[in-house]
Amino acid sequence: MKLFPVRGGIHPDYRKDATSEKPIVALPMPAVLHILLQQHIGASAEAVVSEGQHVKKGELLGRAQGAVSAPVHAPTSGLIKAVTRCPAPHPSGLDQLTVVLEPDGKDEWGDLLPPIKDPFAATTDEIALRVAACGIVGLGGATFPSSVKLNLGKIHKLEMLLLNGAECEPYLTCDDRVMREFADEVVDGARIMAHALGTPKIVIGIESNKPAAIKAMTAAAEKVTGVVVAPVPVQYPMGSERHLVQAITGRETPIRKLTADIGVVVHNVATARAIHHAVRFGRPLINRVVTVGGGAVAEGKNIEAPIGADVQDLIRFCGGLRESAHRFVNGGPMMGQPLPSLNVPVIKGMSGILALTKKEANEHAPQPCIRCGSCVTTCPCGLVPVEMAAFIRNDKLDMAARSGVQDCFSCGSCSWICPSHIPLVHYFNYAKGALAAQDRDARKIDRTKTLVEARNARLEKVAEAKRAAAAARKAKTATPESDKASA
Amino acid sequence: MTMLPEKSGPFTHAETSVTRTMTLVMAALVPATLFDAWLFGWPAIFLFITTVGSCMALEALCLNLQGKPFDRALSDGSAALTGWLLAMSLPPWAPWWVAFIAAVFAICVAKHIFGGLGQNVFNPAMVGRIAVLVSFPVQLTAFLAPHPLFAAASPGFMESLTITFGHAASLDSVSAASALGFIKTELSRGVPVSESLTKIPDLMDMAMGARAGSFGETSAVLILLGGLFLMAKKIISWHIPVTVMGTLFLMGSLFNAVDPGRFEPGWFHLVSGATFLGAFFIATDYVTSPVSKEGQLVYGFGIGLLTWVIRTFAGYPEGMAFAVLLMNALAPIIDHNIRPRAFGRTRKGEPLAVRGDQ
Repeated sequence: MKLFPVRGGIHPDYRKDATSEKPIVALPMPAVLHILLQQHIGASAEAVVSEGQHVKKGELLGRAQGAVSAPVHAPTSGLIKAVTRCPAPHPSGLDQLTVVLEPDGKDEWGDLLPPIKDPFAATTDEIALRVAACGIVGLGGATFPSSVKLNLGKIHKLEMLLLNGAECEPYLTCDDRVMREFADEVVDGARIMAHALGTPKIVIGIESNKPAAIKAMTAAAEKVTGVVVAPVPVQYPMGSERHLVQAITGRETPIRKLTADIGVVVHNVATARAIHHAVRFGRPLINRVVTVGGGAVAEGKNIEAPIGADVQDLIRFCGGLRESAHRFVNGGPMMGQPLPSLNVPVIKGMSGILALTKKEANEHAPQPCIRCGSCVTTCPCGLVPVEMAAFIRNDKLDMAARSGVQDCFSCGSCSWICPSHIPLVHYFNYAKGALAAQDRDARKIDRTKTLVEARNARLEKVAEAKRAAAAARKAKTATPESDKASA
Repeated sequence: MTMLPEKSGPFTHAETSVTRTMTLVMAALVPATLFDAWLFGWPAIFLFITTVGSCMALEALCLNLQGKPFDRALSDGSAALTGWLLAMSLPPWAPWWVAFIAAVFAICVAKHIFGGLGQNVFNPAMVGRIAVLVSFPVQLTAFLAPHPLFAAASPGFMESLTITFGHAASLDSVSAASALGFIKTELSRGVPVSESLTKIPDLMDMAMGARAGSFGETSAVLILLGGLFLMAKKIISWHIPVTVMGTLFLMGSLFNAVDPGRFEPGWFHLVSGATFLGAFFIATDYVTSPVSKEGQLVYGFGIGLLTWVIRTFAGYPEGMAFAVLLMNALAPIIDHNIRPRAFGRTRKGEPLAVRGDQ
């Protein structure tokens, strides 16, 4: 398959060997699960269970609210201990509304939605509704509700479903294992999605450092028609959907547009598998594969963990820590988030838990920038990080915005390569947050202004009407007098 | 347990550091330096030690005056590298005070007055060199034919000490013009370039370095080796060296084809003077060159062109240092105007058009 070059990028030390040959193992059911109601982009789910209620596996715990939202389900049968606020795996460490479930050990399935007998005869709405009902979100980490993306075929002319199996983040091997062990399920899920989207073609992009996954997926793809496996170059951030689309199709997604605007919809491989389960068996998304790795973990593993299991439980299942970890990361080391604590639950978007040693993190105090230009060369978005950071450091956010800081998707290539160890992404994340806040304020002011102007106009109109009425009255009372005078 | 996440990712980092970069550049300079130390003998070695030592001492002094920790800044290797490049740009038998004054201009004036590491607009080593070149033209153009270490005609250790540190004896007996200087002088006497070219060392000797010139500029081959090493290590890229040398070669060849009596040929421009040293080690200085590859192409072209113009039409035989400083001044403008095209945008910064809605 002909591939197209992608700008910039880096070649970090992949360190996938520690877990890539470890088959997926199921986590023994923990004593308690904390299921967050907000595990996705969009509106939070609304709890439909209450304290003391007994639920079965797969039963609805929280229902979706609004167009962009996703429900959450019980990963096992048990007792609802509470619906309360608990710490979330978010860098802020703030609490979020959580359903606390105590498993009863029976792991008893409740009533599931009936399987869709022939998905290829089903309508887009049927499939999208099913995917929505099963709480499936993008498992690559973005956690965007998948059903919304399945409807894109209605408003865009799509040519291709691109399945993202790049897994370009170092350490992570969960997608690799899913492709190797469940290739048929992934391909079936992809075909169901392609049917819903109305795309004739399915391409599965896999970085060429995963030969076993490429082999397994190729074998699965050969059993059906219209599915092609495309090995893509090992180049971080190949897993960024816009860049993967460019590598495969040569098309560049215009800024602030979707890949769907250029005819391609991208889904993660694990999402495809979840959709297979939802459509063929009616099973909601209640567990996911998480890579637990990093040099500080006794034995790295790929764990199929129920949503809501404690991060601490997963690390304990890996034999605990062999040395004290310098950093704990939720996700990959490049774009992952720092974990505020180990007492936070697994969520749908959690692809990895990393306990990194000091040596692996290789952090140093920042030094002056020597303008080496490495950040410019590596930026896959064609930005000039050195310039943006200088603007931000001098609090010139408008200038930083003009030089494109909002185009940055925080892939971290610039920070990774910087010989002066300048935390560039940290600057950019700060600026993006501050600019978004400014934007919100500006919109608020605008809205207030519009409202005030509308009110003034209304009052003016009322006053005008009053004046007119008064004038008319006056005219009325004046006329008889003038009549009298003339008489 | 609670951990405070005080920073955004990434949580892994390449094995890059300022010290590593500077050390690799110095490592790349080692072969040429050793060769030239041998070629020009003890005085060159003393000059080298004086220049590097002055630069490091002045760096420590400047940092100390600013109340900054000077141990760390010294260990980053930037001052040592500046001293090294400065030494290589001086005539090998120059007296110690020339080296010291050059170091003052390089470190104190060009670097620290502008704000220290990473903040300087002009290449410190070249500022140092130009300052002494315009102040002491006699000492700075007193090149000499190679006097290899331990050769019969070369000065011994003690004698060399007086050359560098004592009252400078007249160098007239040993001095020789650099090839560029020789041709310029001959041209001013009315001897056409095509004729004087026959009297300079042949191409091979020029490339290998057995010729008169500054301490570090004579061996094009060893400098090239160092430059290729830096490219292999991804410290520098091809953009600046190729455009500098390519422009110089093209301009030389083009005008030489028109009038061989007036203009030196392209190959001569390549192997003489500081072309290789300048193209691989001076023009590629991170701080003072544009940050984008696109900008570097323009920058390299400018240096090549200006070097050729200065060599051909100006009073000085060699123009590399001036050309670098002139383009240093333009680097911020180049950076401002020539930038990579952002993903999903046109060169002007507008979003790309979606197919079908143009």
